[in-house]
Amino acid sequence: MTSFVEHLPILIIAISLFSALTILVVGWFNNRSCIFIFWLTLLAQFIMSLFILNHVLAYGPIHYWLGGWKPPWGIELVVDSLNAYILIILLFLSLACAIYSKSNIEHELPGKRVSFYTLFQLLIAGLCGVTLTGDIFNMFVFIEIFSISAYALIAARGKIALKASFTYLILGSIGTCFFLLGIGFLYSITGSLNLHDLSILLPPFYDNKVVKAAFVFFIVGLSIKMALFPFHTWLPDAHAFAPAEISAMLSGIMIEISTYVFIRVSFSVFTLEFLKLLPVFDILCWVAVAAILMGSVMAITQVNLKRMLAYSSVANMGYIMLAVGLSLSAVESPWGGLNPALMHIANHALMKGCLFLAAGAFIYKANLWNITEFRGLAKKMPYTCAAFVIAAISMIGIPPSVGFVSKLYIIMASIEIKNYFFVAVLLISSLLNLAYFWRVIETMYMKHEEGGRSSHGSHGTSEEIPLGMLIPILLLSSLCIVMGIVWLGKVPIPVLDQVNLMFGLGKVP
Amino acid sequence: MVEWLTAEISSKYNYWVSILLMLIGFYAIIAKDNLIKKIIGLSIFQTAIFLFYISLGVVRKGTAPIVSEEMILKGYAYVNPLPHVLILTAIVVAVATTAVALSLIIRLYEEYGTIEETEIIGAIKRKEADQDRPAF
Amino acid sequence: MNSKKEEENVVIETASRIMIPFIQLFALYVITHGALGPGGGFQGGVVFASSYFLYIVVFNIIEGKKRLPESVYTTLSSTGLCIYAGVGLLSIILSFGMAQYLNYGFIPFTSHFEKNRSLGIDLVEIGVGITVMAVMVSIFFDLAGKEKKDKGE
Repeated sequence: MTSFVEHLPILIIAISLFSALTILVVGWFNNRSCIFIFWLTLLAQFIMSLFILNHVLAYGPIHYWLGGWKPPWGIELVVDSLNAYILIILLFLSLACAIYSKSNIEHELPGKRVSFYTLFQLLIAGLCGVTLTGDIFNMFVFIEIFSISAYALIAARGKIALKASFTYLILGSIGTCFFLLGIGFLYSITGSLNLHDLSILLPPFYDNKVVKAAFVFFIVGLSIKMALFPFHTWLPDAHAFAPAEISAMLSGIMIEISTYVFIRVSFSVFTLEFLKLLPVFDILCWVAVAAILMGSVMAITQVNLKRMLAYSSVANMGYIMLAVGLSLSAVESPWGGLNPALMHIANHALMKGCLFLAAGAFIYKANLWNITEFRGLAKKMPYTCAAFVIAAISMIGIPPSVGFVSKLYIIMASIEIKNYFFVAVLLISSLLNLAYFWRVIETMYMKHEEGGRSSHGSHGTSEEIPLGMLIPILLLSSLCIVMGIVWLGKVPIPVLDQVNLMFGLGKVP
Repeated sequence: MVEWLTAEISSKYNYWVSILLMLIGFYAIIAKDNLIKKIIGLSIFQTAIFLFYISLGVVRKGTAPIVSEEMILKGYAYVNPLPHVLILTAIVVAVATTAVALSLIIRLYEEYGTIEETEIIGAIKRKEADQDRPAF
Repeated sequence: MNSKKEEENVVIETASRIMIPFIQLFALYVITHGALGPGGGFQGGVVFASSYFLYIVVFNIIEGKKRLPESVYTTLSSTGLCIYAGVGLLSIILSFGMAQYLNYGFIPFTSHFEKNRSLGIDLVEIGVGITVMAVMVSIFFDLAGKEKKDKGE
């Protein structure tokens, strides 16, 4: 009755927790072996997620009742095509960051390896839990688990990172508290916490003020967690001063997981009929447009490369939320419904992961933080710089990269609803992207190092980073191109179409 | 108008109390300069939400939700235990957040010798100005 | 002055020596009655940890660290969680994948399904109690310890 694959959702979370604790204990005896436990766990999780996607596409959603208790009373794990898709992105990026972290972590956090890997594994456990659960209170608990691990990981470098982490802690806690309050409102109306059960019980109360207030609390709380424009103030510092692989995880997937929660709550719990009653998604589009412009403009003014990338993340969250906002009205096949949003979640994970890892490589090798210090870097670190350029080109949106595909689809969706202002904003933002990335590329390739001033310990000609760090960077950057072609060939579109079908978005057949 | 207001407040006083506490906590988070006071504000904010949840589960004249034979025979009402269990989890989460926050404050104090937010920001800015590049 | 201070210490030390075992006994009572009554791992664990806090406050922190060194409470905290997660895994393994995770009824402690479930929950409460105790103590040491620590939390 229950095949082996149906146990995998819980095993992904349980293995992750187990391995976090094993790392903690084993680290006391053998410092070096924790990395191997970490890698093995992630690899196992990644393979499991592939099995899950395969099963979901073949046989439909997996429902897993924890402890054998039936859904409205017990906690349920639900995996449909949306979860499975997000889970694969999450675990793939984690795997890349894990491979990268072996050499980097000794340099950035000497003597903290055991606690770093424990917290990293807990972060991944929390993120997997949020993705897989079908119970809204469970979702809150997992959000807090990954947030708390993230606070500690951001603070790991000490000094200015402590301040950044503290700011994030205060704002993030307020965000999750709003989420909790929203859950409380829904519970007081329906008396249920199961996502599917809520969606059945809610429709008679759509006119109720409490339900509307709950929805607003969800939006505000999650906007803080995903750093949507007016609430983005915690993001630049937190992402800039965390260790490189954690920056990549935070920018590449953590804020996207909050977007996933937003999509899940608004489409699975509140369903389409409720969303059509309120003009929330129209407002969301305009907020997202403000985020795109603000993030891009602020990125131009930054000197610190990682801060610039962090502001670019703010702009990219704008893209994703704009795509989510347009999902109600755009219906035509390749760009209708949630397609562009989900596409950009994957694409942003690849691009931003690659960029942050490359930025970490510059810090690893020569302690270079500022863009002005990158003179002549292309000669010293040719592969890393090439990967950085490919990801940057992708960010700007030059075909056939991934950034081009998602921007193209968002633009097509805006054209479909005849809102040419959004089209203009997207084109302007591409120009702004070009402006701030060109600055970096120019300094790396065109300007030569000033003679005699070989500052910050840079000596010799070719000093490439260790292979363990180079491989993930090159892998992510090559995927930026490969995935672009795959998207254009419409290979993964069936998965996204299933998501749209599930939520009743896109073209009704 | 006044009658309506008093009726509204007295019939839903649990919600008003939790909203009031929430705003007090929110004020402390925004306005206080001292980091410890900010954390106190955050705790008040969280506790207000916990109170809101617990007041949801209340049944007038209800007993503790422990099933006994006497209770079944006499047909006592009992309060809804689910919000309490949820809040037990949320309290543990809040304790973890507070612990992380306090250890961050200890580290900040070791680093900058103060727990006033403006002074810490000032120290960071001064350091940046000295080195002519962001302080790490 | 000095003798007076020592006299006070004697009273406090003796009182706490008498109290600590009872606090711990009460904590064990709370932990084991988690399944059937109010109480459980969280509460019992905190009560158990508070007996250590009393010990550390009365004697000093160095004595407290001798009683419960860092390696011990780190190991305890993960052991407790391993018990918790392991019992859940056992129910998958022992039922050959028929039962769900955390479905304790399928662990063959006895022949009764409900009794198995209750025993499983007791085991989980013990695991949770150990973890909560160890984590509370570690938080206490992290916040109270004057020596520099290299961990964030």
